[in-house]
Amino acid sequence: MSDLLTLRGITKSFGGVRALKGVDFSLRAGEVHALLGENGAGKSTLMRVVGGEIQPDAGTITFEGRPLTLADPKAAADLGIAVIHQELALAPDLTVAENIFLRELPAAISWSRLNRRAREVVARMGFELDVRRRVGDLAVAQQQVVEIAKALARDLKVIVFDEPTAVLGARDAERLHEIIAVLRESGVGIVYISHRLEEVFRIADRMTVMKDGALVGVTSPRESTIDDVIRMMVGRSLSALFPKAEQRKIGAEVLRVDNLRRGVKVRGVSLTVHAGEIVGLGGLVGSGRTETARLIFGADAREAGEIRVHGKVVRIASPLDAVLAGIGLVPEDRKHHGAILDMSIRINTTLARLAPLVNLAGFIRRRAERETVTGLGRQLRLKSAGVEAPVSSLSGGNQQKVVLAKWFHAGGDVIILDEPTRGVDVGAKREIYGLIEELAAAGRAILVISSEHQELFGLCDRVLVMAEGELRGTLLPEDYVEEKLLALAMTKPIAAAEAHPEDLPAHTHQPVN
Amino acid sequence: MSDTATSAPASSHRRPFEAGEFFRRYGTLCIFVVLVLGATFESHAFLTDRNIMNVLRQIAGTGIMAVGMLFVILTGGIDLSVGSILALGSVVSAITIGVHGTGLGLGISVLSGAGCGLVTGILVAYAGLPPFVITLAAMTAVRGFALIISNGQPIMMDDTAGALIENFGSGFFLGIPDPVWLMALVFIIAGVVLNFTKFGRMVKAIGSNREAVRLSGIPVPRYIMAVYIISGALAAVAGIITTSRTGVGSGVIGVGAELNVIAAVVIGGASLMGGRGGVINTLLGALVMGVIGNIMNLVGVPGYNQQVCMGAIIVIAMLLQHGSRWFKR
Repeated sequence: MSDLLTLRGITKSFGGVRALKGVDFSLRAGEVHALLGENGAGKSTLMRVVGGEIQPDAGTITFEGRPLTLADPKAAADLGIAVIHQELALAPDLTVAENIFLRELPAAISWSRLNRRAREVVARMGFELDVRRRVGDLAVAQQQVVEIAKALARDLKVIVFDEPTAVLGARDAERLHEIIAVLRESGVGIVYISHRLEEVFRIADRMTVMKDGALVGVTSPRESTIDDVIRMMVGRSLSALFPKAEQRKIGAEVLRVDNLRRGVKVRGVSLTVHAGEIVGLGGLVGSGRTETARLIFGADAREAGEIRVHGKVVRIASPLDAVLAGIGLVPEDRKHHGAILDMSIRINTTLARLAPLVNLAGFIRRRAERETVTGLGRQLRLKSAGVEAPVSSLSGGNQQKVVLAKWFHAGGDVIILDEPTRGVDVGAKREIYGLIEELAAAGRAILVISSEHQELFGLCDRVLVMAEGELRGTLLPEDYVEEKLLALAMTKPIAAAEAHPEDLPAHTHQPVN
Repeated sequence: MSDTATSAPASSHRRPFEAGEFFRRYGTLCIFVVLVLGATFESHAFLTDRNIMNVLRQIAGTGIMAVGMLFVILTGGIDLSVGSILALGSVVSAITIGVHGTGLGLGISVLSGAGCGLVTGILVAYAGLPPFVITLAAMTAVRGFALIISNGQPIMMDDTAGALIENFGSGFFLGIPDPVWLMALVFIIAGVVLNFTKFGRMVKAIGSNREAVRLSGIPVPRYIMAVYIISGALAAVAGIITTSRTGVGSGVIGVGAELNVIAAVVIGGASLMGGRGGVINTLLGALVMGVIGNIMNLVGVPGYNQQVCMGAIIVIAMLLQHGSRWFKR
């Protein structure tokens, strides 16, 4: 069988970072080809090249034997290439039929004709769906069907699924796999990105493994085991960045969380963090780690669960309650949630705890404030043009230090850091690790979320692994190998698969801010 | 800026002269100076004590309301109800001062405005409803209240009971009209609150990045509710000034006043997205509005033409403050 789509030597850089380093990939008609790799391995970037969303810096694309350039997503769509992203590209207020034919809606719509054609497309997948319904009212699984139907409405040759089952329950995932089988029979080439390895091994014909923007190898479920594939995915060392500090003294329990729940993202998480302890929260993107942190901090409302600080149950209904209970959060999205970019370092640093800097008449003591912030800047080795410089004028690493300084100043006993070194250069990374160590050495209880496994291993006394909203296990320093972490994050105990509610309405899947 | 930027020290925030930044900061002042110079040349009547005091007296109400509006706009909100609250304050003061005396009457009047602000504030801050729509609803409803209370008729203030307040409206202190003193006082207090207190800082911070402020453990809704209460109370104060000047409370005054107030704040360089704006520039914005109207009256520009000019001046002010990016392209 000849190749339907062939990529050769695809290279792509984003602002000096090489996201793809000469990757080869081939897809045959009528095969399910899984694309595997850790977060940041370059899978999604490669598929954005296939979808015409980004142009590669170098490399060739051959489609049905002819070389071509994909100038934009429309060019790819016209050739019959469709990419189904995790965030579905649907207009929620339009009907199913309108969405399916969105690209080619006539100026005057004949509803009967539109609906009939839509029903034909949906039926071809062996699916039943009222095409007159508003897409926003559908469950996520059904919305996905609409997205696929949208692709099928044209002459479909290649379809890419980017983690399609991440938001689906077991039964819906099963139905999706049935649709994929139908597509496969009809000779469509299918690229399937997923972190659920059992699933991949069940449906894939071939598997391509990527790591750090490069190809590791191509294999198939017959030739390899799950363990083989995990081994291909891991391996990269950051350990030089962690000057293991002197043994910290781990004290009494400070934070205790019991059975935290919210929708499908956080399903009964319980954990503890002790004074002077750094606990890691590992797993893949979308496993519910950020959501768990936000629940502990009161940024979102929890459906169930109890939070104790120093053994006492605390009522946390808002970030204010959390700060009063002595909990601080360094959020994942620094630019939107962590810092006020337009305002000065001074204002950002004292934001969470202004009270000690306000005099009896209610005025802010500017000089005391400036001294406090200058002192913290020195302690955190902040590189800036002075405390009045806007945070937006700083590099990513220094911006993050300002957010850290805020919680240094606020002085709570529990600090949660969500991806503390994302978008930070290596030098600043090392300094931030040092600061986290410093906080722990001062007796704070630290919870670190990171998708860089080596970062967790270098920093943490214990790593809890999350997957699909649940804690799947704990790794102690003697278990610190990526294979073990990934095995916990990417494989699912069979018993657990049965126990979860399915077919939740769409709105429970959406993040709430 | 790039995430992968080297950790070299950030470039100094004291940059060399930049026209865009200069006009963002001093654009309102430039417009004001140009207008005053132009007006002085055009009309001998402009730079007389009498005329200047007239202009100041006219803008006192707008200026006071602009302070409340500035706080609201700094949080990223808008308050369309101030014109109606002005009418309510006018009617309530005309009634209550006659019945309950000056002190209690004034208190009730201001509270009536604050109460309106409390309701819109709760709906905007806690229920999370869009301020444009909520204050639009309040604009209609409060106007109705004012007309119901006054039975649709002008209410003459009791001359003996209202003597004190009527003297205030037309009185002078040290050669400057009393309402202008009041406006100055409101601006000074607002300037201090905005620049030197926690409240002022949080209001600005919320407008800059509401989520980051919330995730720092700040009770954001409380502050947002507060700015609507302030805006309502100050609008009622403006209504009392109107009553004190004319001796009459009326439910039909102040129609469209909210637009003049918003224009003053915006000419003063505040961003409707929130986070940016200052007290002095807002005062200049109110003065610009006053001077434009005044000079056109003095020169004898007909009323309809005045409206066109007013619109054009607002656009020019916007271009001066925010247009640099457009010109650069």
